[in-house]
Amino acid sequence: MTLSLKVAIAAMVGSLVPGIAVAMLLARGRFFGRQFLDAVVHLPLILPPVVVGYLLLLTFGRRAPVGAFLAEHFGIVFAFRWTGAALACAVMGFPLLVRAVRLSVEAVDRRLEQAGETLGAGPVWVFFLVTLPLILPGILAGMVLSFARAMGEFGATITFVSNIPGETQTLPTAIYTFTQVPGGEGGALRLTLVSIVLSLMALWGSELFARRLQRRLAA
Amino acid sequence: MSLDVDIKHRQGAFTLQARFHSQGRLTALFGRSGAGKTTLVNAIGGLIRPSEGRIAVNGRPLLDTSRGIDVPVHRRRIGYVFQEGRLFPHLTVRQNLLFGRWFTPRKERSADFGTMVALLGIEHLLDRRPPTLSGGEKQRVAIGRALLADPQLLLMDEPLASLDDDRKAEIYPYIERLRDEGQVPIVLVSHSVPEIARLATSVVVLSEGRVAAIGAAAEVLRHTDLFASHGPMEAGTLVETRVLRHEDEFALTVLETRAGPLTVPRIGLPVGASLRVRIRARDVILSLERPLSMSALNVLPGSVVSLDASGGPGADVMLDCGGESLVARITRKSAEDLRLAPGVRVHAIVKSVAMDSDVVSQAPRVDGAA
Repeated sequence: MTLSLKVAIAAMVGSLVPGIAVAMLLARGRFFGRQFLDAVVHLPLILPPVVVGYLLLLTFGRRAPVGAFLAEHFGIVFAFRWTGAALACAVMGFPLLVRAVRLSVEAVDRRLEQAGETLGAGPVWVFFLVTLPLILPGILAGMVLSFARAMGEFGATITFVSNIPGETQTLPTAIYTFTQVPGGEGGALRLTLVSIVLSLMALWGSELFARRLQRRLAA
Repeated sequence: MSLDVDIKHRQGAFTLQARFHSQGRLTALFGRSGAGKTTLVNAIGGLIRPSEGRIAVNGRPLLDTSRGIDVPVHRRRIGYVFQEGRLFPHLTVRQNLLFGRWFTPRKERSADFGTMVALLGIEHLLDRRPPTLSGGEKQRVAIGRALLADPQLLLMDEPLASLDDDRKAEIYPYIERLRDEGQVPIVLVSHSVPEIARLATSVVVLSEGRVAAIGAAAEVLRHTDLFASHGPMEAGTLVETRVLRHEDEFALTVLETRAGPLTVPRIGLPVGASLRVRIRARDVILSLERPLSMSALNVLPGSVVSLDASGGPGADVMLDCGGESLVARITRKSAEDLRLAPGVRVHAIVKSVAMDSDVVSQAPRVDGAA
């Protein structure tokens, strides 16, 4: 269970910065291949999770090109490690994160950013002092969605990093294991309850935070 | 201070071609909507890039397409007060005010926070958030925010357009103080003649993307034809006056002008204070003889300088009353009946009650006038 939390949190945090960057790019950018990027980002939402997991294995597997390169030069190994589970969850949750952030970027009043510039703030400062605070609710919503997706991710994880107890066994795969052995119903039910409680807590916490944020913006 | 503009900008079917030079403490850009006022200030502020041209403030070039100069917005050091305020909703009033200060080089920080807050009367708002402020309060904070960044020039794009008359009256005195006591020259976009008459030291009139007139406020406002789009009713002349005495029993104040004494409703200023009065052409009646037993208190003797009766029922009669210029808007029929022509002696009659607070305002200090 702690492993599952660790995997979900790592997936959420790790995909945050690229997620915001891609969302900004898709909302604001005018470049060749924008439609293509949009499609690629959304792929994990449409493809069967097993396919995504298999693609990850093909790319980041120990003998696959990218995986071998990373292992050799940076000592980073994804295959059959908990980091691999986190990667799989991050990829699966990415479109949800990007969608939520992108919607809030599109809702930002660009005239406020202009006002920031007339006050002497360059583009980078305007982003951190004006844009980022204004899209915080969207980022929060995206984080919750991506966290929930990570907690529930099954297909891509089990395909990419298998189901190794103590290393890559997350809540869903553990529940699956329990249901496969005779007399495992009790364990499965216990983990199901844990899963429900965790998800509710995440949802409740973000609601609380979002409401406080909303009050600050619209008081 | 000096502002040099010579730009050409195409936007769809609309072309803005403006060229002017101004040294006024408060330069008003005047024109009907669609005349290109906002496009012009956006070009000065750098929010749009004109197709070609030059813009310089105090000799420092901000844009020169022939030399490839285009200073980015955040390095122009030009304050901008937008029509809708544009305060940051996620920051408090204090944080909004201090936003620009971060980016001002330390040795160029001269605007003092406490002084500015006191000048704008926003001390009690500092810990509030923008969504809780009234329209007038928002605009005062927006003005303070722009000035605390120590700009070289302050642009104001119809900052009062979204406010009702009471709120406007609440803000005018602050703008007058900035004009007279502040260090920063102001460019104000407006389509309101009373506003310009009250605030401007120089005026640039824009019409269909071109500069139709430019000059000192008193000079430009005299030409009624420039204001045809606002109805002939708003044209008039600016007269510089001083308070001569108060007649408290009738709630009146007598002003001293070069044309003679002018009686207006009681004004709350001490004797000797300088005032600027706009005498609207429509409030002036002409008579050949000095009228007796009549209700109007102001009878100013003078002579006709010129007559403009080009079409329509109305005619503009330019008068010289003891060295003061006045314009009277009368019917062409009356002009013919009275046989008005340059040189004819007349008496201009001005109703006292027409001189409401809309036309009487504190005079700008003369030293900085264009």
